[in-house]
Amino acid sequence: MSDSRQNGSLLGVIVSHAAVAQALVAAVSAITGIEGALVPVSNEGCGTDALAERLRQAVGQGPAVLFVDLPGGSCLTSSARYAKQHADIAVVTGVNLAMLLDFVFHRDVPPADAARRAVDAGGKAIRVTPA
Amino acid sequence: MSLALYRIDDRLIHGQVVVGWGQPLDCSFIVLVDDEVRQSDWEQDLYRMGVPPHIEVIFASVDDAAEKLPAWEADSRVGILLVGDIDTAAALTACANQIKRFNVGGIHHRAGRTERLRFVYLTDDEAAKLRQMAARGVEVTAQDVPSARAVPVGEFT
Repeated sequence: MSDSRQNGSLLGVIVSHAAVAQALVAAVSAITGIEGALVPVSNEGCGTDALAERLRQAVGQGPAVLFVDLPGGSCLTSSARYAKQHADIAVVTGVNLAMLLDFVFHRDVPPADAARRAVDAGGKAIRVTPA
Repeated sequence: MSLALYRIDDRLIHGQVVVGWGQPLDCSFIVLVDDEVRQSDWEQDLYRMGVPPHIEVIFASVDDAAEKLPAWEADSRVGILLVGDIDTAAALTACANQIKRFNVGGIHHRAGRTERLRFVYLTDDEAAKLRQMAARGVEVTAQDVPSARAVPVGEFT
């Protein structure tokens, strides 16, 4: 799996239902022009073993942050299991475009720090606009 | 109201169960029957994360489940019972003859299995076990979400 970690930066792996992950990767690329910082993984048609294998291939040699769509379900359980078995992996749930846009510019930190930063950036983007 | 859905799904608790079935059934509790998960606090925390706080999650071994099934069936709330594989479903139906139906919700590809439906892959042995369950009087159908057709066991095994 080609990625841009040769300089020691984190890889972001988006783990989602259907093609959400793929679409988020395309959107980040369209907005920032940054390629290779994010890899999409879909759970489409996957049981636990198949999804674990997709994750393993996507992550390659860590470190990485796994951005999961929902705080539960097969994407989360597979990601959490993977992180439990591997060092240098952090997991964030509730992925959104705002957190990814922040992440791709701040990848020279430990995974746990990047995960906390992503939660902050993603949360700030969720609001009701003034009427 | 009792247990409205008995389901085999190798992903156990996930979106199709909690939202896809849980919403239309107005589900208030989920029973997860799995001997391994029953013994792991870490696994239980993980599965509980995917469930909104108003839905109770009960973790049970097969033996626990056989014993408590009458109480769950008598519960005034609506519940969903989940198992992760056919062997667990077969074990449960063998020791609890009040189970009248089992939904096959998701059994995914693994070495030795062939595709029967988009969301059901089985070995010949697993297909035979499902037919045996049906022969014992359990209505076995495959249906991933409520809006899909319930496919009778004879059509996919």
